[in-house]
Amino acid sequence: MIEGFTALYIFMLAAFTGYEVISRVPVILHTPLMSGSNFVHGIVLVGAMVAMGHAGTVGEQIIGFIGVMLAAGNAVGGYVVTERMLEMFKSSKGSR
Amino acid sequence: MIGSLIQVSYFAAAVLFILGLKRMSSPLTARGGIVWAGVGMLVATIVTFLWPGMHNYGLMILAIAVGGGAAWYTGKRVGMTDMPQMIAIYNGMGGGAAAAIAAVELLKGGIHTTSFQALAVIGALIGSVAFSGSMVAFAKLQGLMRKSLVFTGQQLINLLIFGAALGCGWLIIGADQPGVVVLLLFYVFVLLFGIVMTLPIGGADMPVVISLYNALTGLAVAFEGFVLGNAAMIIAGTVVGSAGTLLTQLMAKAMNRSLSNVLFSGFGAAGGQADEAVEGSMREVDANDAAIMMSYAEKVIIVPGYGMAVAQAQHKIWELTELLEERGVQVKFAIHPVAGRMPGHMNVLLAEAGVPYDKIFDLEEINAEFPQAEVALVIGANDVVNPAARTNPDSPIYGMPILDVDKAKNAIVVKRGQGTGFSGIENQLFFLENTRMLYGDGQKVASELIAAVKQL
Repeated sequence: MIEGFTALYIFMLAAFTGYEVISRVPVILHTPLMSGSNFVHGIVLVGAMVAMGHAGTVGEQIIGFIGVMLAAGNAVGGYVVTERMLEMFKSSKGSR
Repeated sequence: MIGSLIQVSYFAAAVLFILGLKRMSSPLTARGGIVWAGVGMLVATIVTFLWPGMHNYGLMILAIAVGGGAAWYTGKRVGMTDMPQMIAIYNGMGGGAAAAIAAVELLKGGIHTTSFQALAVIGALIGSVAFSGSMVAFAKLQGLMRKSLVFTGQQLINLLIFGAALGCGWLIIGADQPGVVVLLLFYVFVLLFGIVMTLPIGGADMPVVISLYNALTGLAVAFEGFVLGNAAMIIAGTVVGSAGTLLTQLMAKAMNRSLSNVLFSGFGAAGGQADEAVEGSMREVDANDAAIMMSYAEKVIIVPGYGMAVAQAQHKIWELTELLEERGVQVKFAIHPVAGRMPGHMNVLLAEAGVPYDKIFDLEEINAEFPQAEVALVIGANDVVNPAARTNPDSPIYGMPILDVDKAKNAIVVKRGQGTGFSGIENQLFFLENTRMLYGDGQKVASELIAAVKQL
């Protein structure tokens, strides 16, 4: 477990990192970047797998199943959509 | 041994996510950025199967296959114009997953300290709101839900539902082993709150809302990461939470709307109330005359909007641009920050049609050039060229930065019919002396213009 102040420090540093990474992004990349960050929180899949892996009762298993399913949708969908959008930026750069 | 392998992999994933996002914030490296993040995700997912003491593997793989497969299929098929609502759906799924993790952990009663119980409950609340809210956002943008629901006392009812959710949450945090009924009620109330909170928000404001829910999901994931002691979730979730918040602010600023305004004012639905009667009449022009005006111009500025994308006219417009340039006309594209459905959406759509970057200009770059342009061709855009935003303090869009199409020597507006735009506000531009309306479907009009220019 990550507890107390260690948890707070991680939270604070990660928050500043996120802010800094985005702060100078051009408008043309707002939509792909939102989609990309949407993909990144698909890491929830890992947590959903752990939760489901330790589920005992049928009820917990059902909720765990739904959780993993939704999380997989977030991760895969987020990747596919972002990749398709950024693919276009590549092609238009070539034609310049 | 396996424990440290998992930790190292999660650490690597967190680093790859941050580097990936960093690369995604520049057009040159963006393509590689998503691949880096993707590798991180793959590594983290695979090592999680090695987590000690897990069972239910068969069902787990089935769940991944079903959820991932469905998302893969829809993500590959969706048109570029419908991207925003797809992002909303995938984002909502992530929020729902975070809420599900909280439910499993709370049911197991495995969380022993009050602070971690509180984190689980708050994460569940945020995640559930992001889930049901995103589904409403999807329904609105997809056109499944045309009207915004606004009634008197709405905010009070919303507040009551939120209060009920908080009350249930309080009972859960206090208990050693939370009751199933309380837990169920909690989820009903938070999911309901996400719906009622999103219902009154108009379609025009949806991008900001989707971005906000994206940030919220990140935060929910981080909180559940604390509950599970999972550093990769904490870092990735928090980074997205703060980056998403900043993005939301940037978007709201581009639309000249404060976040609280978006969330609590119900603008998209109520807009138009402050309309003043617009004087004058609209003057029509046919495609041949419009083609002549543009062909003999020195400079033409094209202002594309979402309507152009819906009509799939961007390829034709690019063809028209190339024809005009062969005749020595200088053609530029002017993009409003919120053209399309989200900032940057129009750039993606134009890039799809093959329009090079150096012809596309931001509002700040191009606005000074409108007075020198013989023709400004507005296609499928409406509110972002409404001079009322500059001149009429009573207008709901007053103060929003607009493209100064009214300052061009001539404006040609391509429009399907005489109705108002997405926000429901009458556009003064259409009634100006130097504005000509060219009615018809964007794709059809563009084809006619091409044919007419070729004949000259």
